[in-house]
Amino acid sequence: MALVEDVPARGNSAPEGPPLDPEKARAYWKKTSALMWTVLFIWFASGFLVHIFAPSLNAIKIAGFPIGFYMAAQGSLIIFVVGLYWFARRQNQIDEEFGVQEDA
Amino acid sequence: MSVSTSGGKDPFIANLNRIYAGYTGGFLAFVVILGILEQLGVPDRVIGYLFVFLTIGVYAYIGIISRTAQVAEYYVAGRKVPAVYNGMATGSDWMSAASFIGMAGSLYALGYGGLAFILGWTGGYMLVAVLLAPYLRKFGQYTVPDFLGARYGGNLARMIGVVVLITASFVYVVAQIVGVGIITQRFLDVSFGLAVFLGLAGILVCSMLGGMRAVTWTQVAQYIILIIAYLIPAFLMSAKITGVPLPQLMYGVALERIEALENAFRAAGQTPPPGVVGFHTAPFIGPNGQFSMSAAVNFFALVFCLMVGTAALPHILMRYFTTPSVREARASVAWSLFFIFLLYFTAPAYAAFAKLEIYQNFINQPIANLPEWVKNWQIMSPYGVPWINIVDVNRDGILQWNEFRIHPDVVVLSTPEIAGMPYVIAGMVAAGGLAAALSTADGLLLALANALSHDIYYKMINRNAPTKQRLIIARALLILVAIAAAWTAGNMGADILFLVAWAFSIAAAGLFAALVMGVWYKRTTNTAACVGMLVGYIVTFGYLIWSEFFGLSFIEVFGTKEAILNAARAAANLPQASAELKAYASALVANAAAVQDGPLAWFGKALSGWGMHTDHVVLRGRVVARLWGINNISGGIFGVPLAFLTIYIVSQFTKAPSQAMQDFVESIRIPRGGVRLADAREAVKE
Repeated sequence: MALVEDVPARGNSAPEGPPLDPEKARAYWKKTSALMWTVLFIWFASGFLVHIFAPSLNAIKIAGFPIGFYMAAQGSLIIFVVGLYWFARRQNQIDEEFGVQEDA
Repeated sequence: MSVSTSGGKDPFIANLNRIYAGYTGGFLAFVVILGILEQLGVPDRVIGYLFVFLTIGVYAYIGIISRTAQVAEYYVAGRKVPAVYNGMATGSDWMSAASFIGMAGSLYALGYGGLAFILGWTGGYMLVAVLLAPYLRKFGQYTVPDFLGARYGGNLARMIGVVVLITASFVYVVAQIVGVGIITQRFLDVSFGLAVFLGLAGILVCSMLGGMRAVTWTQVAQYIILIIAYLIPAFLMSAKITGVPLPQLMYGVALERIEALENAFRAAGQTPPPGVVGFHTAPFIGPNGQFSMSAAVNFFALVFCLMVGTAALPHILMRYFTTPSVREARASVAWSLFFIFLLYFTAPAYAAFAKLEIYQNFINQPIANLPEWVKNWQIMSPYGVPWINIVDVNRDGILQWNEFRIHPDVVVLSTPEIAGMPYVIAGMVAAGGLAAALSTADGLLLALANALSHDIYYKMINRNAPTKQRLIIARALLILVAIAAAWTAGNMGADILFLVAWAFSIAAAGLFAALVMGVWYKRTTNTAACVGMLVGYIVTFGYLIWSEFFGLSFIEVFGTKEAILNAARAAANLPQASAELKAYASALVANAAAVQDGPLAWFGKALSGWGMHTDHVVLRGRVVARLWGINNISGGIFGVPLAFLTIYIVSQFTKAPSQAMQDFVESIRIPRGGVRLADAREAVKE
């Protein structure tokens, strides 16, 4: 019977590193939070802000697409997808910078 | 790949690419063979049967070979699902009957207004990725209520979480079963009630024996079928109409031609059919084509609720418990959205091409000349009107714009026939729709049964239950929940999208704030979280029930004199209203002079200056109330901020969480190292 706290995150028996000192933990969380707010801003801008201007954007047409319609139908979606891959990469870099990534 | 030992290299996992590539090839070959059979004169009915039964057979087979008797395998697929495959499984877990068969239909009907579903059902993944998934994975237990229990001091928080989970998931699963019923009814020619139970058998074989492990690998298989089935008709239509088989890039052409046709119809004095907008690409408009504040507010409110709901639906969040690491959990959210994106950015193209086909080929044609297949879709829907309803309003024998009425739920399913494709494509689309509905139903039923067996039975009733007994109970409950859901679906057909949107609002208001603040705000206290969840849940669910089923009563409290009288007149004239409601409403109208503003009318008209009036709409055969003009499918817009606010305020006035709890939060914020539970009793025996 294994209690959860005995089980390292990977579920294998890799040794745990020394506990993170509080100063470093704070710095790590600050950077992570900054990234969080950045992504939330991208989310808000492409999920809401840009669509407020849909009626005016619709006056522009490219390849038959009114731009206001296009942004809601495809444009914002592309931003969401690319944004998430970027987030995953960026957060991994932060983890490695502070040495808190999981053991491989 | 029967029961594998955890930890060792699983030959199935090692060969995933090969297995699923072979499977994809097999499915394509199967479609080609059926296409050849069709040319050789095999009847349509047989093709429909083959598609439905063979695909369900494959899912059942995967379900059976993935059976397991281990807790970690049953609840979280042994935590060894690679990011890409978890992304695919999440994709089909996510894309339900509403996405596959309902969404393009809504876009067809609502034009720009329908894009709220596209935005709302993709953008939410940004919230999942940054706010929750990595931390839930690090926490590393089995269910979302597990997290609430561990973070907020035990059974009360867990119980509230379970109640929200059950309400939202049950509403959602009923919608999926309706979707299964629609497809089987049409392609197997059986009654709606029987169709529902046939579909259910398919769902159960997948999930019952192998739990999460079986559901995961079945969902990957279902994703492959549903995406192929969705993309091929869109590519064919694009090739046919524009000459280039790239629907996502080419449907601008269709949008322009739709606009021209709409203008031509209007110039001829015609009006669009009920429920369909006459200006496909125009944002935020009322029926007359002018800007409407209410349309704009409802658009953004719906986008918000669907996004936040995405990040709170337990059957989605629990998928991120199955990846091997925190890092993979993050990558997996990106992959999930990518696989979902493939369908969602095709849906507007699908809708546009289908609309163009219908406008071009059928409107202003003699009704007597309509093709044969139209008859197949003139069967009765559970809503009391035929799926495709040809109503010759002016009796001139010519099909006008407002005389071709197609229910949004069958736009996708009937498009292959509308566009004159071979029947094998129609059968394939049906198999895709079935895959979408079954995969989501699987995930939901599992979330429901796990909440009952793991969170209620094991965590709250019998902590010492041996593994075997826990899994037996989980399976028994799965069957019971499934039967209850099918019974509900068979007895109340309802618009799929509307039911689904309710599930999102309920989950968003009940769970989102407590989950996010549990990770991001260390000062969040147990009491605050419990009160916050309750407030969000009760306000939202209460608003939904009150405004939907007792709309007149809602207006009598929040409406002005005029709003009350308008609603009473509508109720008195509503054919579907009950005799008591009619009598009551007529009495109100008769004594119009005595009607006063409702007691909370000041609240209801607080935003009138912004053009947001508390009023009613007649929808789904009911008088439905709208506070500030916001449709109740966006009911979460009230509950979500209220839940955050409640949790924040109550946290200021209650005792700060213990150091042990703060350490626990610290430990789930950092990918490396173990999880330091504040209370060892929250640990789970494997």
